[in-house]
Order: sequence, then structure tokens, then C-alpha cells
Amino acid sequence: MSASRTAVSRSLLTPFNIVAGLILAVGLVITVMRFTGGLGAVTNLSDYNPWGLWIGFDLLVGVALAAGGYVTSAACYIFGLKRFHSAVRPAILTGFLGYALVVFALHYDVGRPWRLPYPFIVQPGTTSLLFEVGACVALYLTVLFIEYSSAPLEWLGFRKARNLVVRLTMVLTILGVVLSTLHQSSLGALYLIAPSKLHPLWYSSYLPIYFFVSSIIAGLSMVIFESSLAHRYFHDKMDETHRRETDGVALGFGKAASLVLFGYLLIKVIGLAVDNNWHYLTTGWGAWYLVEVLGFVALPCYLYAVGVREKNLTIIRRTSGLAVLGIVLNRLNISLVAFNYHLPSSERYFPHWMEIAISVFVVTVGILAYRFIVTHMPILYEHPEYKDAH
Amino acid sequence: MEGGFFTLQDFMYFTKGVTYLIMVGALIAVTAFWLYLTDRDEDVTAEHEEE
Amino acid sequence: MSISRRKFLGWMGAAGLGVTAGTKARAASNAHFEGYPNSLAVLHDTTRCVGCRRCEAGCNKVNDLPAPATPFDDLTVLDRKRRTDAESYTIVNRYGAGGEGQAPLFRKNQCNHCLEPACASACFVAAFHKTPEGAVVYDASVCVGCRYCMIACPFEIPTYEYDKALAPRVMKCTMCHPRVLEGKLPGCVEACPVEALSFGSREEMLKIARERIRKQPERYVDHIYGENEMGGTSWLYLAGVPFRELGMREDLGVTPAPKLTSGALGAVPIVVGLWPVLLTGIYAVSKRKDKIAEEEKRQAVAQAVEAADQKAAEAMAKAREKAEKEKTGAIDKAVKEALAEAERKAQEEAAKAAAEAAAPTDDTAEGPEGTTPPAPSDPKPTEEDA
Repeated sequence: MSASRTAVSRSLLTPFNIVAGLILAVGLVITVMRFTGGLGAVTNLSDYNPWGLWIGFDLLVGVALAAGGYVTSAACYIFGLKRFHSAVRPAILTGFLGYALVVFALHYDVGRPWRLPYPFIVQPGTTSLLFEVGACVALYLTVLFIEYSSAPLEWLGFRKARNLVVRLTMVLTILGVVLSTLHQSSLGALYLIAPSKLHPLWYSSYLPIYFFVSSIIAGLSMVIFESSLAHRYFHDKMDETHRRETDGVALGFGKAASLVLFGYLLIKVIGLAVDNNWHYLTTGWGAWYLVEVLGFVALPCYLYAVGVREKNLTIIRRTSGLAVLGIVLNRLNISLVAFNYHLPSSERYFPHWMEIAISVFVVTVGILAYRFIVTHMPILYEHPEYKDAH
Repeated sequence: MEGGFFTLQDFMYFTKGVTYLIMVGALIAVTAFWLYLTDRDEDVTAEHEEE
Repeated sequence: MSISRRKFLGWMGAAGLGVTAGTKARAASNAHFEGYPNSLAVLHDTTRCVGCRRCEAGCNKVNDLPAPATPFDDLTVLDRKRRTDAESYTIVNRYGAGGEGQAPLFRKNQCNHCLEPACASACFVAAFHKTPEGAVVYDASVCVGCRYCMIACPFEIPTYEYDKALAPRVMKCTMCHPRVLEGKLPGCVEACPVEALSFGSREEMLKIARERIRKQPERYVDHIYGENEMGGTSWLYLAGVPFRELGMREDLGVTPAPKLTSGALGAVPIVVGLWPVLLTGIYAVSKRKDKIAEEEKRQAVAQAVEAADQKAAEAMAKAREKAEKEKTGAIDKAVKEALAEAERKAQEEAAKAAAEAAAPTDDTAEGPEGTTPPAPSDPKPTEEDA
């Protein structure tokens, strides 16, 4: 075996690459099955449970966790917190990848994915909140793409196009916040039309507000969480500024997340009072609700506060993981666990393993794309030729 | 349909359609208005939006 | 396919042309919509239903649905609870104990054709609409297959062709809309042998239902299911037992589906209208603060520089004064010394011979000062928007 060949196999046959390759292979097989055999061939969806894991996780969780883009760019550009600047590009990248994957995953879930533009070009269903979500996600994906495109343009050396994109930053940021406010909240509002199917503890006329506020928590926590992961795996790709600012970002975002979690907790309690749902708290559903609210809202709120007060970055980073889990739990509770609570257990939904495999496949595609981009493009460092521009 | 709308659904379908168009207009208008408001400022508050 | 009335209206609204065409609309804030006048409805008197499944057969036939796994005269399927599926628009279920002297109860289930359909409200391509005749119909030619209609429907009626890969459709009862337009009865109504189903204008069906309750109060529960549920439906039910015992939900409320989302939908344009103003305002304020902070910093620096300059000037003046003093002192001293020297020399010279010559003195030339190097140009043209 020649020396160069061993070098290649050493660099490519890492455990990570092998696992990722397997997941991709399985995902591709299931993809073929999905588009030849229909949804019934690979999912446990039924007439009672039309939305499963692909909506609950890929769409609802995906969009919530991709909120880091708008939260960070708003903090930096609108609120003028320039010391978070090095966090903007990674956040925009993960936001863009997140939304791109959401749209990608939707192609698996809807029956006729090639018709996804129909609401906008054939017949708009203006009374539907899903129309609102679709319009905003489509527009926001475009906005994120333009915002993100400054990195590949620097990488490729297209100076003029890149400078034009940078000039548009403020307009894009404000548009991004408007669109995010709308579709993050509208994802919650999707369930407003089904008060008879969603358990009263989770159904509330405040659902859109809950979704919007918790998306801010998700965005802040994801930025902290991702940056701690990026530090572990891509430390060599970071420039001095990025490394220096990261701790400040974690402290600042941790403080913000703690405060927003506190507000979120308050409006959750207000929601209980408004609908007079206190008596449900003593039921089994109530116990599960309390697990979510106390364990994944109140607890991270407190832990963030402790981490910020003691300037303890380890606590803050671990708490960000807990807060992210809390958002995942909340979205899955609303879309799967507490939805159709009235049905007998035989009619309830549990995802088919192939649905889970596709969700894992989508996440893997995202991680691989992220890895490719941060190892090739100026994300975690500033491009030497464009340093002055910031 | 001649006498107006018979269902709330039809009414909303119509009014939301108009509102969506207004929203598109509003986003363009607010950008233009901001430029109009600030283009004589000596400071550089609006420099990012200059063409 | 040709552009449907719905599509045409949709685009008319989208083009803004409808602004004048639709002026008769009542104000939204207090709007009340009664539904289409003279729209049709079916009254299902469950007390008459015998569970023969003929309605299922009739529906299957007129809608060209695939033949069922078990034939329609096989009543053993009633032993388990069934629901509508992609191959059956309607099904009959048996409820109640059905044993020991208690007569079994039956109820036919199908789309209730809401006056304000949740499916239509939820559909993001407006594939559903309520026809003036009363049916809620579906247009598969635009359906994307998101299945939000199935989430929205409080009666869990729409079903989906999960096994079709290329052109899956949502399937549900159409109230036999094409047949009704031809002046025929819906398939199930036509097939019912015991007149458990009646078809006519909704007003008339309500009248008949009230009349039956009035005439036989012991036979009926005093409630017409569908009169107000979810804003009212075009399928009305009479029963001899509470409706929940027939598997019907009594907790749906009377709020029509579009009302449930109207608040959230109404907030959307307000966010679009005000968010840019708010955000630009926050941006301008933070920018202004930065600018003021910068200004203050510059002023502080200028003051410091000025103070430093002044101090330096004072020091310079002092130094100059001192130097002056020293100089004058030195000159005086030098003059005195020179005078003394001159005197001494003169005396010496006088004493000695006047023939000796004095030695000449040299002056050192002053070198020119080096020119200052050119000032470096401002290295950073700050671009704040980056």
C-alpha cells in the first residue's frame, strides 16, 4: 500500500465518517422507498395522525432551533451589541442550514412536494396559518441565503457582490426579524384551529406568543451550544477575535436566555390562569406538563442565572443543552404527545423507525454541510482581505 | 356572492388576500420612507441603506 | 383544467380588483355571517337507523370507490369501531351495549359539511370551499398534500391516500355535490331504506328536527347536533341518547373554525406594519447612543489634549523664564568676567608691550533639522454597517 493511499484512508475512514456514510446510505434507500411506495410505506401516519415526526421534529423543532440567526443578528446589528459580532456568521450559517433542511425534510412529508410553490403561484390560501408559515419560511430562507452568501463570496473572491450583500445587512436583518417573528409564532398558531385535539394544558390562545418567545430562548441557547461544540471540533479554524469574544457571547447570551426564560415561565403561568387549567395539574398530563415547565423552563432559567452570576462558563454551556432539550420537548409535546390526547392508545401515533432514520439522515446532512462550510469558508474567522469591513 | 359574503371563511379569504398585498407594499414603503426621512442627516445613520 | 370560480375570486382579491366588487361586505369587527341562504343539508335521525350499511353501499356506488374488503351486507364489521378512510366516505358504527333488552344504537359518520369549514380555513392552497349548495368540496388539482386539513377537522373526517406515491389525495364525502347539482339525492340518502336520512334545505331540516323533538320528547334528546357545533354544520343529527354515547364529541363548542385563527392572522399585518418601525427605531437609538458616546469620547480626548497642551505650555514658559534668568545671569556674569578680563588684560597689556597680536576665534555652522516623515493616511475607513 502506497504512502499516499494510507494517508487518504486515514483521513477519510474516521469513525465519524463511517457512521455518517452508513446513515446517508440508509437514508437514500428510505428516500427511494418513500417516493415509490408513498408515505404509507415508510411512516406510521394514519388518518387520525396526519402529522408525525417529520412535522413535529423536522419542521417545528428545526425552525425553533434555527432561530439563532435572527436572534444574533438582531442583537448585534439592531441592538448595537458589537461585541457579539463574531457570533453572527456562525449563527447565520446554522440558521440558513436549519431552514434549508426544514424545507428539504418537508419534501418527504408532503404528498406532492413538487407542488410546494402552489400556494404562491397557483392559489393562495390566505386564511391558513400554514400559508403564512410557508410564505415566511420561503422568504426567510432567501434572506438567510443572501446574508450567508457573503462567506462563500469571500471564499470565491467575488468582491463586488460581497460588498453589495454587506451593504444590505441592515435591511436584511430587520426583514429577518419581522419574518422570524411571524413564522415562529405562526407555527404555534397552526394548532389554534384544533382546540378539541390538543390537551388543554398545551392548547392556549397564547400559543403563537409562546412559540415566538421560546424561539428566542432556542436561538440564544443554540448559539451557546453550537459555539461550545465548534470550540471542541473546529478550534483551529477560529481566529483570535472569535476565540476572545466567545466567552463574552456565552455570558451575554446566557444572561439574556435566563431573563427570557423567566418571562416565558411567567406567561405560561398566566396561560394556566386565563384558561383556568389548574385542575389538570393533578392529572397524569399535569405531571408531564410540570416536568416540561419546571424541569426544562424554570430549571434552565435558574441554572443560567447561577452561571452568569458566577461567571461559570461550564454551567452556562451545559444549561444551553438543557434549554435546547426543553424546546425539543415542548414542540414534540404539542405536535405528538399532547396532540390527539383524547384518542385511545391503539389509535395514537408512534414514529416508524424509518421516519426516525430520515430525521437522523436530515440532521446528518446538516452536520456534514456545516463541517464542509466551516472548514472551507470564512465563518469562524474573518477573511484577511475583508477584515476592515467589520 | 352578489350580496357580499355569506360565510366568515369567504370574508376572511378576501380580506386576508388584500392584507397580504398591503403587507408587501408596507415593507417596501417603510424602507423608502426611512430613506426619505434620513437622507439629509449629516450623521451616517442610514449609510447602510444608501444605494 | 379551467379556472374555477374560487381561483378567479382568489386572484381578483389578490389583484385588489375585488375592493369595489365586494363592497357589500359588512364590517368585519362585528360581522355576522349566516351562511348561504337555502343551502342544503341532511338530517340524520339516529333513532331510526338500523345499521344496515345500505348507505355505505350507495355511497360506494355513486362515488366509484373501490369495492370493500368485506361486502356491505356483512354486518359483522359493526363489531368494531370504524372510521372513514381513503376508500370509504361514510361508515356506520354500532354504539351502546346492544345486549339484554337494550336496542343497539347506530350512527352514520361522514363529513358534516360545516358552515364555516375548518379544512377550508386551514388549507394553504384553498383547495376546499363551501359551495352555496351546502357541500364542502375539495379540489385535488391544487392539493399539495400537507394534511393540515386533517389536523384542523374537529370531526376527524378527511382521510389520505397514504399508499399512493405520486398523486395522493385527501378523500372525504362530497355530499354528492355533482349529483345534487343535477337535482338528485346524495347516494346515501337515496339508499336509506328507513328514512333515517332526510335531505332538503337546512332551514327545513331544522324545522323537521324541532318538530320531531316537540312531538316525541320521550324519543329524542332536546338537542340538534350540528345546529351550532363548530358554528353549525350541514349535517344535522337527532338522537335518543346523549350524543357522546354515539361517539360524538360534545365539547367542540360553537366557535366557527375561522374565528379560532382570526386573532393570530390579524396580528400578522400588524407585526409587518409596526416591527420595522420599532426595530429601525431601536437601531437608530443605539446608533445615536454610539455616536454620542463617540462624541463624548472625542471631547474628553480633546479636553485632555488641551489640558496637556496648557500644562506643557506652562512648563515651557517656566522653563523659558528660568532659562532667561539663567541666561541673563550668565550674560551678566560673562560680561562682568569679560569686563574684568578686559581690565586685567588691558592692565597686562599696558604693563607689557603693545606689540603682541590677539588670537582669532571660530564659529561652528548650525546643521539643518531633519524633515518629518509623511503622516500615515487613516488606516481604517470605518464601515459601520458591516
